[in-house]
Amino acid sequence: MAFNRKDLLGIRELSVEEITTILDTATSFKEINERPIKKVPTLRGKTVINFFFESSTRTRTSFEIAAKRLSADSINISASTSSVTKGETLADTARNLQAMAPDAIVIRHPSPGVPYQLARLIDASIINGGDGAHEHPTQALLDAFTIREQKGRISGLRVAIIGDIRHSRVARSNTHLLTKLGAQVRIAGPRPLIPPDYESIVEDSSDALLVCNRIEAAIEGADVVMMLRIQRERMSEAFFPSLKEYSIQYGLTLKRLELAAKDAIVMHPGPMNRGVEISSDVADGNRSLILEQVHNGVAVRMAILFLLIGAEGE
Amino acid sequence: MNKLLIKGGRVIDPSQHIDKVTDLLIEDGRVKAIGNDLAADDAEVFDAGGLVVAPGFIDLHVHLREPGQEYKETIATGAAAAVAGGFTAICAMPNTRPVNDNASLTRYMVSKAQEAGLARVYPIGAITRGSEGTELAEMADLKAAGAIAVSDDGRPVMNSQVMRHAMEYARDHGLVVVDHCQDTQLSAGGVMNEGRISTLLGLKGISRAAEESHIARDIMLCELTGARVHIAHLSTAGAIELVRRAKARGLPVTCEITPHHFALTDAAVVGFDTNTKMNPPLRTEEDRMALIEAARDGLVDAIATDHAPHHEDEKMLEYDQAPFGVIGLETALGVALTVLHHTNGVALPRVVEMLTAGPARAFDLAGGTLAVGAAADVTIFDPEREWTVEPQQFKSKSHNTPFGGWRLRGQVVTTFVAGSEVFRVQ
Ligand SMILES: [Zn+2]
Repeated sequence: MAFNRKDLLGIRELSVEEITTILDTATSFKEINERPIKKVPTLRGKTVINFFFESSTRTRTSFEIAAKRLSADSINISASTSSVTKGETLADTARNLQAMAPDAIVIRHPSPGVPYQLARLIDASIINGGDGAHEHPTQALLDAFTIREQKGRISGLRVAIIGDIRHSRVARSNTHLLTKLGAQVRIAGPRPLIPPDYESIVEDSSDALLVCNRIEAAIEGADVVMMLRIQRERMSEAFFPSLKEYSIQYGLTLKRLELAAKDAIVMHPGPMNRGVEISSDVADGNRSLILEQVHNGVAVRMAILFLLIGAEGE
Repeated sequence: MNKLLIKGGRVIDPSQHIDKVTDLLIEDGRVKAIGNDLAADDAEVFDAGGLVVAPGFIDLHVHLREPGQEYKETIATGAAAAVAGGFTAICAMPNTRPVNDNASLTRYMVSKAQEAGLARVYPIGAITRGSEGTELAEMADLKAAGAIAVSDDGRPVMNSQVMRHAMEYARDHGLVVVDHCQDTQLSAGGVMNEGRISTLLGLKGISRAAEESHIARDIMLCELTGARVHIAHLSTAGAIELVRRAKARGLPVTCEITPHHFALTDAAVVGFDTNTKMNPPLRTEEDRMALIEAARDGLVDAIATDHAPHHEDEKMLEYDQAPFGVIGLETALGVALTVLHHTNGVALPRVVEMLTAGPARAFDLAGGTLAVGAAADVTIFDPEREWTVEPQQFKSKSHNTPFGGWRLRGQVVTTFVAGSEVFRVQ
């Protein structure tokens, strides 16, 4: 059960053992979240900074609750602009954060790599809370946790990930994690929203990762169908003709879901565009685990904080 | 010092097909003689045993930040970095602030270089006013003031009609048109090579097609206009192929490659070190090997550094926000010898040719030769000496190199401009 990292930056660097350690640890923390008094003294005296360059109430709140349930002091800092527009360098940002002497910093940033750059400059543990279109490791871990809890395993499952893969850090982190744990990942979406050479991003060159031309091919026989949000703000770049056509071609409906395995589950990292990538009857249907994902997010983030800053000297 | 006798070095001068251990006599700043057992009683003697004696190197592509951004580099510090890298002549791109699109600015740069008294600095004028891509700059006036070529480097001329007229006009005035080839609509927002690594890192890519389609256009316009066209910093296998075909058809096209493109691939970007961010971006191993092959087989005219100084604070930004560009004058020879010669077996005379006679021919520059009577611009280097790149020791004002900490084999020992020693290694 060793986890000897200073930082949690991406799934790509993690071994199967490390991933399993996080998921197993989360299982024991989930139990705390179901008690009447949801608080333990594990991280008393520790300081966690949530440093968000992008608004994300969901992820930030999840980390904040996770820290508080472990009795850590949790501080939120938000910044709406990148360092370049503030006239500040990342080194300045790092020095300022360091001066607050935190134990862990959760960073969300629109530019890929910022958590990696800061991790080289800061002594505190850096947790990547999402960096541009690169990685979102805690989301992938909570997704895997949810799948494992429902299905009892990840190895051998067929997981369809559908939508805007190009701009999705969730897709990348999930692709790494699920293929590492032995699942088959099938990707589908409009081709302009699938980045070049996506098939080659995992080490395993066999059929662990498939890019499908049509959503039906990805869903066929899938055990898990994970829908991604279409980012309306990107519509101007002509990635696909219209939201209407998108929903017809790539939206998840009850009828399309029939192609999946009989006991298939439906996931979405949120926030959803109902009626675009997912119909309401699917989103609210009995296959949907969307709220369970949110619930599990707290336990997974507690596990990560504990493994990074709580386990030393014990 | 009036007479200098460089004794017993391996003289490599591709302009005269010379590669032999011999002596070189310099008198009053000019090459007086090459030959065995030269003697001159009153000459200072330089023992070049075990060293290579070559014509002074010429870099067709550097960015000096003066005027406008002297905190990154000045003409004087750039010239000092040049001679420390063995370059006795450098061609300065016009993207200063303001842009070098007029004769007075060109003259200013020439006079600053003369004041510094180190490397020769040849300004390159802009193709279009302000490098904005719409109206032609006054090329004849630029040339009269000392500009030796025209380029809107960094801001590719996207309007094909403007480029056509620029080529027609430049041809009339005997100017080479140097193009940074990139379809800026295809490359919009891109910060690295488009491919597996950009997908892994979630960084926006610049496709090979963005470079190659623009090169293809320039080659067609070259054929249409008869102008001399120099393609800057080729980075892809496809780009090499396009130039190969153009040359085979006898078109007046020349090209250059940079040490960073033949030494590194986009795998260097993993880790998000902004010293790996350059334009065109680092490509794949296949592209890198195509560049090395083209260096070996004679297709490539010049190794150019695209020396692009940036202050540390500017590079210490988010990867997608940091400026493009790396410096290269002081590592060019070491990287070229290490990668091309020692690792990939490119012959030493061929490497020297791409640093001397090749660039001189491409831009019709004096120099690049040790012919009797030529100005005694001489670079003496040790092809075997190993050294570690320490950016803080550079003469350049900036330290943005991807080669920091690299162990290189091959180092400049001494540089002479017009017979005067302007650099000697510590
Ligand atoms: Zn350029």
